[in-house]
Amino acid sequence: MELILIIIGAVFVNNIVLSQFLGICPFIGVSGKVNTAIGMSGAVAFVMVIATVVTYLVQILLDKLGIPFMQTVSYILVIAALVQLVEIILKKVSPALYQALGIFLPLITTNCAILGVAILTYQKELDLVSGVVFAFANAVGFGLALVTFSGIREQLDLANVPKGMKGVPVAFIIAGILAMAFMGFANIV
Amino acid sequence: MAKKESTFLSMVLTLFLVTLGASAALGYVYELTKDAIADAESAKKSLAVKRVVPEFNNNPTEEFIKIPAETEGDTLYFYVARMNDDTVGYAIETYSKKAFGGLLKLLVGLKPDGTINNVAVLEHKETPGLGTKMTEEKFSSQFPDKNPAKFILKVKKDGGDVDAITASTITSRAYCDAVQRAFSAYTETQTEKGGMK
Amino acid sequence: MNQWRNFIKGFIKENPVFVLFLGMCPTLGTTSSAINGIGMGLATTFVLVLSNVFISLTARFIPDKVRIPSYIVIIASFVTVVDLIMKAYTNTPGPNGEPSLYDNLGLFIPLIVVNCIVLGRAEAFASKNSVFSSFIDGFGIGLGFTFALFILGSVREILGSGTFLYPALNFKFIKGDGMLAFVLAPGAFLALGYLIAIMNIVKKRFAK
Repeated sequence: MELILIIIGAVFVNNIVLSQFLGICPFIGVSGKVNTAIGMSGAVAFVMVIATVVTYLVQILLDKLGIPFMQTVSYILVIAALVQLVEIILKKVSPALYQALGIFLPLITTNCAILGVAILTYQKELDLVSGVVFAFANAVGFGLALVTFSGIREQLDLANVPKGMKGVPVAFIIAGILAMAFMGFANIV
Repeated sequence: MAKKESTFLSMVLTLFLVTLGASAALGYVYELTKDAIADAESAKKSLAVKRVVPEFNNNPTEEFIKIPAETEGDTLYFYVARMNDDTVGYAIETYSKKAFGGLLKLLVGLKPDGTINNVAVLEHKETPGLGTKMTEEKFSSQFPDKNPAKFILKVKKDGGDVDAITASTITSRAYCDAVQRAFSAYTETQTEKGGMK
Repeated sequence: MNQWRNFIKGFIKENPVFVLFLGMCPTLGTTSSAINGIGMGLATTFVLVLSNVFISLTARFIPDKVRIPSYIVIIASFVTVVDLIMKAYTNTPGPNGEPSLYDNLGLFIPLIVVNCIVLGRAEAFASKNSVFSSFIDGFGIGLGFTFALFILGSVREILGSGTFLYPALNFKFIKGDGMLAFVLAPGAFLALGYLIAIMNIVKKRFAK
């Protein structure tokens, strides 16, 4: 029951992009086409879950050693190393998956959603299982927002947008309307 | 500028030195700011305690009891405020998980006889303009000088004595829930120890 | 290089928020009021200046292949310094028990480390330029970022809560509530979208 609440909360109510403002750069940057959006979401989901597990273990080590102030440094280093590692392993083990996700992986290190979710897992004092569920649900929320948004943007190419609003400004306006729609989910948990 | 050659040794050595330097520097800054951070945290607490109990001259943030709440893992903090040697009130850090935005944390100040002195909101994620009205006088002034033994801490819709905030019944319910939790903890300590002195 | 031009470019011509669209997460996440925006902007400026200076000093000793990880560690260290300092000195709640600046910025302070602006300047500018130029560059871009956050924060605060620079200026010029959507998530996106559109027009006028 608790886990279901975590999932609904992270996917809809506190959507990571539309209400927590994490991962905005890829949200605006790679949302031009639905296909790329799906690829990016897959890569994010993959890395987010693994990163949450690894940073959870790192946190145990930090607590043992009594050096809480190294949290930011060690988390980001672990995530950066992890992304590289995933890239190398994927290339060897599953070239097909690498083809699909590969180009997005380098972009992920500086995706604040990954580090954000890792820190949130720590701040919410979740255990390992809830942490993994939380990370995955957030990744789904990210994917949902990104894919919906890219679908709208594809249609927008055909629309006649005022000159000054073209491109990024109108993308933000749409994101705002989408965020408003997601506010309707408030209170279902 | 010429790029430095990347040999295995130079790469390992550089990364090692950079991280070593970073950890040493951070350890130093951490030691420097440790006391100030602890002070800020306790000042924050005692400022909140000051808002909910009558004047006191001990340090309640050092004199507190932890009471386990009914759900596992959560604790209520029970601060005792004294003027000279007389107990003038208790400040109880309480919570409700039923609020609109999830967790709502309150600090409830009780007089020694259990009457509410004042309530302060410590932490919330309510909707601005709706749920946040719980800090406004129209709602919050209902609680001081009421004794929860007689004053039913439920919104009127649920058969209680509290006027809910317009369009924010859930927040109002959570608020009552949290205050009630504090009062229950208070009665428990009173019966267990025959009144804390 | 003309240092004045180097400094001023961050405000309009290469404004990280309005023109380059970098660092969007803290831009949207921390601008529910003008003061929060300034706080976030200055914290980022601090990290940007120090990491720029430090990286321009050390870049020539760092092998090319481990350049990015080293930069990340350096940046993360300065971020932690900011985090510790803010936790110690900006953690006092407001007069009516409003959350402190540190609590308001919350998660976004450690997240400065993944702000593309910081790593971007380190890689594109500081690693190739002199210490002084890097200092000016970091300072200019940082203040440009602060400027953008201040504008966005002011717009959202004025429209959303009817106050300006609260609690520094304790003055409310409307009765009741403002347009609350602007304090909430949707307003962040809407306000930024319109501000970027206005900046596009302003830029075009300047170019003529």
